[in-house]
Amino acid sequence: MLVIKNGRVYDPINGVKGEIRDIYIEGGKIVGKPEHITKDTISIDADGMIVMPGGIDMHAHIAGSKVNMGRKLCPEDHYEHFRVAERGLRSGVGSRVPTTFMTAYRYVEMGYTTVVEAASAPLVTRHTHEELRDMPSVDKAILITMGNNEILMDRISQGKIDEARDIVAWLLKSTGGYGVKVVNPGGVENWKWGGNVESWDDEVRHFDISSRKLINTLVTIVDELKLPHSVHLHGINLGLPGNADTTAEIIKDIPGRLHLCHLQFMSYGRNKKGGLRSDAWTVAEVLNGHPNVTMDVGQIVFGNAVTMTSDGPLEYRIQKMTGHKWCNDDVECETGGGIVPLEYKIKSVSSAVQWITGMELFLLTKDPWQLALTTDHPNAGPFFCYPQVVRLLMDKDYRDHFISLLPPKAFKGSVLRELNREYTLYEIAIITRAAPAKILGLPEKGHLGIGADGDVAVYDPNQFGKRKCLCSFKPCLRALDFPSWVIKGGEIVVRDGVILRDIPGVVYRVNPSYDGLIEDKIREDFERYYTLSFDNYPVQEEYLKDTKGVACQ
Amino acid sequence: MKIEKNVVCTFCGCLCDDITLTIENNNITKVEKACANGRGLFEGYDPHFRAPRVNGKEVAFPEAIKEASNILSSARYPLIYGLSSTSVEAQRISVQLAETIGASIDSTSSVCHGPTGLAMQSVGESTCTLGEIKNRADLLVFWGCNPLVSHSRHFARYSAMPKGRFISEGRKDRKVVVVDVRRSETAKSADLFIQIRQGYDYEVLLAIKALLKGKVLSATEVGGVPTELLQQFVHTMKSCRYGVIFFGMGLTMTKGRDLNVREVFSLVRELNNYTRFSAMPMRGHGNVTGADQVMSWLCGYPFAINFSKGYPRYGPGEFTAVDLLSGREADALLVIASDPVAHFPAEAVRYIENIPSIVIDPVESLTAKIATVYFPTAMYGVDCEGTAYRMDSVPLRLKAPLERQRKSDEEVLEAIFEGVKEC
Repeated sequence: MLVIKNGRVYDPINGVKGEIRDIYIEGGKIVGKPEHITKDTISIDADGMIVMPGGIDMHAHIAGSKVNMGRKLCPEDHYEHFRVAERGLRSGVGSRVPTTFMTAYRYVEMGYTTVVEAASAPLVTRHTHEELRDMPSVDKAILITMGNNEILMDRISQGKIDEARDIVAWLLKSTGGYGVKVVNPGGVENWKWGGNVESWDDEVRHFDISSRKLINTLVTIVDELKLPHSVHLHGINLGLPGNADTTAEIIKDIPGRLHLCHLQFMSYGRNKKGGLRSDAWTVAEVLNGHPNVTMDVGQIVFGNAVTMTSDGPLEYRIQKMTGHKWCNDDVECETGGGIVPLEYKIKSVSSAVQWITGMELFLLTKDPWQLALTTDHPNAGPFFCYPQVVRLLMDKDYRDHFISLLPPKAFKGSVLRELNREYTLYEIAIITRAAPAKILGLPEKGHLGIGADGDVAVYDPNQFGKRKCLCSFKPCLRALDFPSWVIKGGEIVVRDGVILRDIPGVVYRVNPSYDGLIEDKIREDFERYYTLSFDNYPVQEEYLKDTKGVACQ
Repeated sequence: MKIEKNVVCTFCGCLCDDITLTIENNNITKVEKACANGRGLFEGYDPHFRAPRVNGKEVAFPEAIKEASNILSSARYPLIYGLSSTSVEAQRISVQLAETIGASIDSTSSVCHGPTGLAMQSVGESTCTLGEIKNRADLLVFWGCNPLVSHSRHFARYSAMPKGRFISEGRKDRKVVVVDVRRSETAKSADLFIQIRQGYDYEVLLAIKALLKGKVLSATEVGGVPTELLQQFVHTMKSCRYGVIFFGMGLTMTKGRDLNVREVFSLVRELNNYTRFSAMPMRGHGNVTGADQVMSWLCGYPFAINFSKGYPRYGPGEFTAVDLLSGREADALLVIASDPVAHFPAEAVRYIENIPSIVIDPVESLTAKIATVYFPTAMYGVDCEGTAYRMDSVPLRLKAPLERQRKSDEEVLEAIFEGVKEC
């Protein structure tokens, strides 16, 4: 038994708002107060400290084919950031795209214990599982990209929705995936001919289907399959001026549950010269009226980043704009991908507009339960900068200081300066713990009620900002960083900000039911269009040993 | 008798996964669908137990492990090399072992497509999986590679021949161009063969890029190729629907090396302004791509890594095997599934003979013959399971159609890893 005594507990799912409570953990789970405290009980004195469930990053690119390509692409990112192998812990390098062990350690050091890999093509998900096996101490889940899947698009365009549903379920089962990711639906397929989609009614070439039809059908299918997490959508026109309109349009149109990821990149207006301005106002207003839709922000953090996405045409555009090195990877029958490293500069108007847009989304979205804190790591910035974002949300003075550093031009049409809202710790606990757990549909995560996983972060507020951030950004100030204690599955993994040990983490997966005949129906398509045998396609049990099923209900 | 279907062949980076094996008494008696290279891998494979050897004498396994562990833990600057013909599982432990003993670790990439990695790190790489080529590519360019000999089923399964979703007629719908210094087997089956003078790949690539950008060349020929022909080639590339440049060691291991590949990647990038284009290295060994992947996710770099400071450092030309051996720096060598004695420059080979070495390999290679400690192991994908990455980075599960009687690479490495911790 482990007890965390006298901490100020923030547990929004159970309505605990900073009250002094004791938290008991046994067998890896939160339990009620026992009648007798046994002698071997470990007691943690959390007097004066903040106690929260372990943090949850519901959208990050941490493992798999594309991420590893990004690691390989950026050796210059690694030289100055390294960790020596010691005390049984593994070595690692990297800041924007850290190696697997390094990734795990940085999350745990921040009090985060669950991370979702946001995009994995089914064909290469075996790879994603391999990397996650080398990412200890955090629990994980994988979202499977399906927004440009040719075998699915065939069925949808032929009106065979039952078969499409079976294929979605079969793909999740055979990849050990957790949810359905959709990236630029139809646009990535069109990119394979050099095109894209610009509106929801644009056609997917050769498939006689519109982007709208594709996303709406997938949303309906995911609801029918009762998946714990809704469709996870990276929409169309990402990064383009005026895309707030296409975003607002889909929020109004969507026939079911929907999660919009890194919404900041999707909430721009167009200024008079056709350039970028924030239009978070429009998007937040629509979002406030649609409780079926949730989002994570994808907040910009100034400094180095690496953009990496399945949105192939987007990365092509970024490399045209920046001239930076560029990777593209078209994945047969399924999706694409691209990578471009870049820097968000505080003196650049467009970077500043992106930063402002993210902040406005945080501050204009009324219901924090609709929102999760992310930087779309490493796209808008590295995840280890979350404490900086937390500070910006909680501390208006700091935010004002930050705002004063930005080019005034960036504020045209922005309402940010007028927004006085400061997040409370309780709200921070919602957007970093409770809301992502709810949105993902992970009942054992994001809270400290009886039966929850024993994942707890204990922060000493006197230590906030004392330890230097990894980023070289001078105005970086932090809150909720370097916890005094992190407990994962009931075991102490961090003490005084220092990692003590590796423990295994699980990978969450779903097993939706489907008609087994679908395998016979698609076998022929596979043999015709793929380059590997149908029987060798599903991720074998050897890779799924550390997975844990979550029920579809 | 049993029939094993959809077996993955690990001979080359194609990882064809449609092989059918007939097995009798734990011997492969029939191999179907494989190419000559692949058949050679399976046919006559002998899974029998063979004892490890120390200084040429057969010893019990624990004794060999003890000797190997002693060698590695007493070395001041050990080198781990090979990795391209073994499973991901063995590669992962190799990295952990390197980390523990502070070794350098390098794969055969460094004498193969290492320069491709360097080129990728400088300009990026526009690429695709092999299925995109099967389904879409109407123009295939093979530069400095000879797949009809080295990757015999590449044409049939992935590139020139297959019918795909948008290539209904197979070979008829595709144009095949070969660029090489000699008329190779592959060149003979091409629609267009461009023969360039040896050592002029870089110049020819630059000229092509200039022509693509609309520059007028005053030279009437570049690297032995008439400018007019290059102009025609540029037109072919610009006007295709989906093009691919496959390239091999004719670019990476000749004059210019990474600069050659850098020009290929830059050219492909430029071509994407006109149409869709990809580039792909013809990776040789069955799991050399896996070695790149594993080292990238564990170390951040694909090859040429050194752990002497306790964390991975990158140094192509410094921590690469040939350089560490020719420079007489490494003082102990662990080779996994590779044969440097057969392939390295004479200077490096002479030095290998002077330092203690450990070889883990199903095949008794030249390196194994002179090794201080030799572990005969099972062959991945024949009598040992595991994971391998295809040349386009698609991972595949390897089965073990034969029953295993020898230790796997992974098991030997695990035992050495435990052994060095005790030393």
